[in-house]
Amino acid sequence: MYKYDEYDHAMVEARVAEFSDQVRRRLAGEITEDQFKPLRLMNGLYLQLHAYMLRVAVPYGTLDSRQMRMLAHIARKYDRDYGHFTTRQNIQYNWIKLEDAPAILADLASVEMHAIQTSGNCIRNISSDQWAGAAADEITDPRPWAELLRQWSSFHPEFSYLPRKFKIAVIAATEDRAAMRLHDIGIQIVEKDGQHGAAFYVGGGMGRTPMIAPLIKDFVPLADMLSYAEACLRVYNRYGRRDNMYKARIKILIHELGADEYRRQVEEEFAHVKALGIDPPKAEFDRIAAQFAPPALDAAAPDAIDRSDPDFAVWVDQNVAKHRVPGHAIVNISLKPVGGIPGDASSAQIDLMADLAEQYSHDELRVTHAQNIVLPHVRKADLYALWQALDGAGLATPNLDLISDIIACPGLDYCSLANARSIPVAQKIAKRFADPARQRDLGELKLKISGCINACGHHHAGHIGILGVDRKGTENYQLSLGGSGAEDVSLGTITGPGFDEDGVVDAIERVTETYLAARTDGERFVDTYRRIGMAPFKEAIYG
Amino acid sequence: MVEHIHAGGEEPAVTLDAFLEQSNATAVRLESDEDARALIPFLDRLALIEIAFPKFRDGRGYSSARILREAGYTGELRAQGDVLVDQIAYMKRCGFDTFAPEKELNPADVEAALARWPEHYQGAGDNSVPIWKLRHG
Amino acid sequence: MKLLTGNDLKTGFVTWWTGADWSLHIEDAADVGDHGEAILAAEEGARRVNAPYIIAGERTADGPRPAHIKDRIRALGPTVRPDLTLKPADPAAGDWVI
Repeated sequence: MYKYDEYDHAMVEARVAEFSDQVRRRLAGEITEDQFKPLRLMNGLYLQLHAYMLRVAVPYGTLDSRQMRMLAHIARKYDRDYGHFTTRQNIQYNWIKLEDAPAILADLASVEMHAIQTSGNCIRNISSDQWAGAAADEITDPRPWAELLRQWSSFHPEFSYLPRKFKIAVIAATEDRAAMRLHDIGIQIVEKDGQHGAAFYVGGGMGRTPMIAPLIKDFVPLADMLSYAEACLRVYNRYGRRDNMYKARIKILIHELGADEYRRQVEEEFAHVKALGIDPPKAEFDRIAAQFAPPALDAAAPDAIDRSDPDFAVWVDQNVAKHRVPGHAIVNISLKPVGGIPGDASSAQIDLMADLAEQYSHDELRVTHAQNIVLPHVRKADLYALWQALDGAGLATPNLDLISDIIACPGLDYCSLANARSIPVAQKIAKRFADPARQRDLGELKLKISGCINACGHHHAGHIGILGVDRKGTENYQLSLGGSGAEDVSLGTITGPGFDEDGVVDAIERVTETYLAARTDGERFVDTYRRIGMAPFKEAIYG
Repeated sequence: MVEHIHAGGEEPAVTLDAFLEQSNATAVRLESDEDARALIPFLDRLALIEIAFPKFRDGRGYSSARILREAGYTGELRAQGDVLVDQIAYMKRCGFDTFAPEKELNPADVEAALARWPEHYQGAGDNSVPIWKLRHG
Repeated sequence: MKLLTGNDLKTGFVTWWTGADWSLHIEDAADVGDHGEAILAAEEGARRVNAPYIIAGERTADGPRPAHIKDRIRALGPTVRPDLTLKPADPAAGDWVI
């Protein structure tokens, strides 16, 4: 894991001092809310429905147990004893006081964490693959690249007042576990002639105009990655629309210019930017990469798992993934208990996960874009003890990637932008499909719920997506099918007229019945949908 | 050397269009949507380029400033308009050396803002040395 | 009726204009009639409230009721966490929102 040096410490400490001063000036009336808002947003502080909300960055989703414990401490001391893990691998607290915010940032800085650029029209937290460094299908660990981008983008003077927010994801595997092509820039580390380089996909995103990012450059050498990103951003900063906030994301610029013209402009800018010496030397990459060296795992550790406890065996089959080192496994902790709030964890649960990471996973945890937690390096021999500890804390729900492993935004229960509640719908669906055998029979089924058109719940990318809208003051839910945020990326299609809360749960049940009747061997829900199209589903729902 | 200039009190710079028509002027004002690169052929005869910030959220001026510095402009580069104390450190890093805010700034706040950051992660339009270079000598 | 609401600047808590001051409880909210904008400007300027706005509501036997569900959720708290609402002991409190 990356450890701060004196420079990194000085930067976050300067930020804490800066924000403390800004809060002081706001409370003293020296700056207006209009002037303060972008400043607090760049420190992750929103004003939400019930209070201020603080979004803390978890760079590329990686944490150690000390940091995880600090997240629990903040929940206990400054909030209401829980936190909410987000689709961008961050954590949000819902009940923060403005006057406490500087102290919270100082607490975070003490464990090498921050809330820098977790909101605002700037480059946001860099997200990545939650299985980085453990996955069998990656060509290298993407996190050193992400850390390089984190430092480059932090307090970037030219790109802190962009037309709109800007999200970057970096992966290095063939499977896309980070919804890379639904980011403003998605970077995939690829190999060519024995060298690693970055494929740049630019202009993806969800929101009211979902777009899949086109490939802008198939191979940018490591030595040029930041210069290329700088060129991509500069073209956007200069020419992205500022007349209409709903058309201000880079995806609209690229859509209006066309990918070829955008590429031409980026190449022209890149030819200029490359001469500026923006990219650090390889020695800096190597310094960072050395800190992500894989933990010493014993490849001779026993590979067999005692499956005599049937509940444990079910959990192993569903939530435990293949590690690249024999005798080890990647453990996915579901934060989606049936009837719970997707992504929420109590401070006691957060502390427990920290303890378990320390004991069983080389002190490492990850946050996933599906709002779950990962222990990346667990010996297979330790799985049973780990499972027992998780189970005792309500953290062993065996539903990874099943219909109840729902991504849901906070919705109208918490969010001032929302038009409808998301969490109660997620809870009703999870209860309807609570029977574990039924869920497993349905297989991989990614269900995603957003409470408004901004699509924080990734509904466009759901095999089944739900969008909550406000219809004449009443909550209404539109259903869409066939989206995916993975390497088979696609955008969902709306089925037809919307439903009320119970109606959408019924409609989903009919959709799943249609799938079960039509599927062929080995077909996932989304495969069947792609094969047979919308019509049979529509018939089942509305017919 | 960063100067803090109060609004008003001197000859206004000419518009980009006027400058391009009669380029004997030595001071030009660039609106936020105008292309800084149009000035590149004339940089050696310019003493002042004023870049407009109609709203502090309009960040195009940051790119304009860097483009001009990267092209070798060494004259005065002034940020004018909705220039707030919380933006000027970024402006300075992009190459601005004077500020003409519409609303007067508290000099002590300006000083504090400009002294806030001990170092910087990335190279930009000023002469500061990026952290990675400090790390590797 | 017209209600004036916002968030407390320091704590962020939802507040309601009572006619003389701000309260966490919507039961205390007063009808601001045509004076909402003037009160809003004065109170925001004095930093006694953040992000204030005027909403439509109706008088009911239980007190003022905002016309929009969003403001009813603001008035009570998250419907999915009754324990964190202003009426944690009242299991039916959520019904008022819907």
